Amino acid sequence: MDNSGIKAGNPAAGKKIVLAGNPNVGKSALFNILTGLYVDVSNYPGTTLDMTCGRYNGDVIIEAPGVYGLSSMNDEEKITRDIILAADVVVNVVNSLHLDRDLFFTLQIIDMGIPIVVALNMTDEAMQVGLEININLLEKLLGVPVVPIAAVSGAGIEELKDKIYSARTGHVNLALMEKMKMLLSKMNRREALLVIEGDAKLSECYGVQPGTEREAIYRARRENVNRIVAQVVREINKDASIAARLGNWMLLPVTGFPLLALTLWAVYELVGVFLAQFVVDLTGGFMSGYYEPAVRSLLSGVISPEGVIYSILAGQYGLLTLTVTYLIGLLFPLVLGIFFVLSILEDSGYMPRIATLLDRTLTGIGLNGQAVIPLLLGFGCVTMACITTRILGSDRERRIAIFLLALGVPCSAQMAIITAVLAGSGVSYMLLYMLFMLFMIVGAGTLLGRFLPGRPFPLLIELPPLRLPGAKNVWKKTWGRSYQFIKEAFPIFAGGTLLLGILDVYGVLHQLRYLLAPVTVSWLHLPEEVADIFIMGFIRKEFGAAAVLNLQMLPLQKFVVMLTLSLTVPCIASTMVIFKERGWREGLLIWAAVFATAFIAGGLATRLLEIWLV
Amino acid sequence: MTLDNAKKGQLVKITNIPDEVTRIKAIRFGISEGEVVTCLEVVPAGPVVVSKNKQEIAIGRSLASYIWVEPC
Repeated sequence: MDNSGIKAGNPAAGKKIVLAGNPNVGKSALFNILTGLYVDVSNYPGTTLDMTCGRYNGDVIIEAPGVYGLSSMNDEEKITRDIILAADVVVNVVNSLHLDRDLFFTLQIIDMGIPIVVALNMTDEAMQVGLEININLLEKLLGVPVVPIAAVSGAGIEELKDKIYSARTGHVNLALMEKMKMLLSKMNRREALLVIEGDAKLSECYGVQPGTEREAIYRARRENVNRIVAQVVREINKDASIAARLGNWMLLPVTGFPLLALTLWAVYELVGVFLAQFVVDLTGGFMSGYYEPAVRSLLSGVISPEGVIYSILAGQYGLLTLTVTYLIGLLFPLVLGIFFVLSILEDSGYMPRIATLLDRTLTGIGLNGQAVIPLLLGFGCVTMACITTRILGSDRERRIAIFLLALGVPCSAQMAIITAVLAGSGVSYMLLYMLFMLFMIVGAGTLLGRFLPGRPFPLLIELPPLRLPGAKNVWKKTWGRSYQFIKEAFPIFAGGTLLLGILDVYGVLHQLRYLLAPVTVSWLHLPEEVADIFIMGFIRKEFGAAAVLNLQMLPLQKFVVMLTLSLTVPCIASTMVIFKERGWREGLLIWAAVFATAFIAGGLATRLLEIWLV
Repeated sequence: MTLDNAKKGQLVKITNIPDEVTRIKAIRFGISEGEVVTCLEVVPAGPVVVSKNKQEIAIGRSLASYIWVEPC
């Protein structure tokens, strides 16, 4: 799934207004308000990975990825650096609750001599926790306009719009100017600052030596920030709020694991019981009871029910019957539910706390706690999650996380169908499924963690304040992502059914079943029609899984199909992303390894369970 | 002593962060050498959570064992 809205290459006319700031300060929310475009808004770092562009009064607004400072520490910083170097105006979004952290970046932009306006976001929250910020004084100390806003509710936006065009360059840091003096004949001030801060790439471009005083400059800037914050921020009360205490409970194993278990149970009740059984019964019943017969009777009035076209459109794999029923009746309610849960986890600030709680556990599989974010997002959409692995600290971790996502994390669509299929076979199969998947993830992770060279990168993560998610934002995000998901799934689903319909009509499907029989019948002990499911699953996994509902199988066989399908690479989209993120060679290796593991594990599970059940 | 030995609720002053990348990252988070932070929580065998003003940061156990602090 694409988070980035509209991308534009090189905007020709107008000024370049850049929204920049630390991760998770409300840049996306502000971008949405200013441009009217929709971008994902989350309460965890790393939502915006690419730059996002929009139009504003004939100028261009660019949202830069969130960073804590500018240099070339990681991909986001490199992108942000290039965007800011080309900016005409920077709107620096700052979190009022974290002035001491955020102003570091502000001062760096001021030191670069770029016209800037500070948008002091979340002023409402700062007030609630008892922080009082002297805005006039802050304006005076920085030498740039400061506008208090609350991007989520829209307060202060009009004033900010007025001030964008009166952005100023702020107070000059004389000590830094002295250091930059020699360079200014060759380059502009913004580049000169990055060079004296040791940016290797820029230095090379201009044929100069990169500066060696980065740390001294950073430390001086840090002291400057601390001085400013001490003057402008006043704390009115210091009581630990309920949110802060709950936040602490989430971190400690004694309370954190029960809270996590409680959360997962609630999620299961909502998605696995209410949606998968109650709602899907209704919607699915409606589709197969009213919609499909209606389509068939309409169609048979126009074309002959015996013909090829009829069976492709409304037959067993009918384009107008099966595709629509699966997408609307089955997938949509469940995908909606899963994205709803993920949105709440993100917006409340619970996600990074789960990361901290599970840090030790994840170290065991070669990752650190931060990997919880892509792994959990994988339950929404593996494709999107693979892109999010970029927030991980090292290449080694990205490699492990992507492998585990490809192997052991079923996406929302698959989860939907897995719950629907296994719910029919009883709770024990559901538990068994989770146990097996967990075993596979832990097993694969442990092996990778042990045998890949290197060590887990240590956790260093910010814990945003715990907050009640805004109903509007949660709904917008849930709907936006689900809609996107279904929109992307529709053509693939339709193409897949069409292909299968044609293969079926011309008897090719029968041949393929025969060819795959050694794997399906002999190794996995399944009926040979199951080959269809694996072929469909090759196109898109949930699509294959959905077909299981049509086949008469024993609970054990259904379980084995679900397990094997879950373990293979999710879909064509995620396969492409894996290739894109890891390169062709490694991508191919991951893909082949995942498929081999999936079928071997499926066969072993069959034998184990057969022994156990007899 | 190192940060992983800090007690919950203890105020500590950071004296030395040997690794350069960590040091740079930490400065940006508002935690630099010489800074006094509160040890907010020590997750058993897990990360140490420190806070400065309203900012909370979770630091993995292995990293915390590299950060030198003195109680104050």
